[in-house]
Amino acid sequence: MKLKLLYFARLREAFECAEEDVALPAGIDDVAGLTEWLRARGGAFARELAPGRAYRVAVDQAMAGPQTRLRDNAEVAVFPPVTGG
Amino acid sequence: MSVRVQTEDFDVGAEIARLRRGNPKVGAVASFVGVVRDINEGDVVAGMTLEHYPGMTERSIQAIVAEAKQRWNVQDVLVIHRVGELQPTDQIVLVVVTSAHRGDAFAACEFLMDYLKTRAPFWKKERRSAGSRWVEARASDDDAAARWEQTER
Repeated sequence: MKLKLLYFARLREAFECAEEDVALPAGIDDVAGLTEWLRARGGAFARELAPGRAYRVAVDQAMAGPQTRLRDNAEVAVFPPVTGG
Repeated sequence: MSVRVQTEDFDVGAEIARLRRGNPKVGAVASFVGVVRDINEGDVVAGMTLEHYPGMTERSIQAIVAEAKQRWNVQDVLVIHRVGELQPTDQIVLVVVTSAHRGDAFAACEFLMDYLKTRAPFWKKERRSAGSRWVEARASDDDAAARWEQTER
């Protein structure tokens, strides 16, 4: 499955990346699977997405949870808790 | 209803006048203006950069406005949120609600701000004497938003 990943704010800086296109291995089809796959990259991904760290995921511009299913060509954003207003 | 994300400043008086123009059903206008402070957590703030997620920002605010319109009897809603470089004393955010009576306008305005702070994808990076740092989300903002989940109307 192909995805467009976006990173914002502190996570964009930590990952040194604003967006990337990825192809997920077969069998990964939800947000929990995606974050586990990203953590396996090590480095900042392992650190920032470690259990207990606060981050949020949006799928196709709607807030998502660990069980949210992914679809081919979805836009998935990973970012810190929001601080607007 | 109108939702705008912009770098430019806004004129509160002109925005309120435009929102209620020609609508004789409006008996109350509640507005909230958020402003950049020069101090946060005891440290001097020289300025800040506001980042957002274009597309999702507008969609999430529209969803929050739609929820407010379901919960309260409001005539119209305007939300303006600035992004980019801001200095202390600059206006950041404007929420205006018009309704027939003040109760709906006050409640919807506060609800919109509480939800905006916890659901709309904006992030602040402050410039302080010790360098720049991303502002951390506050538990008190989550608590403020959670209050509305217990209140039914």
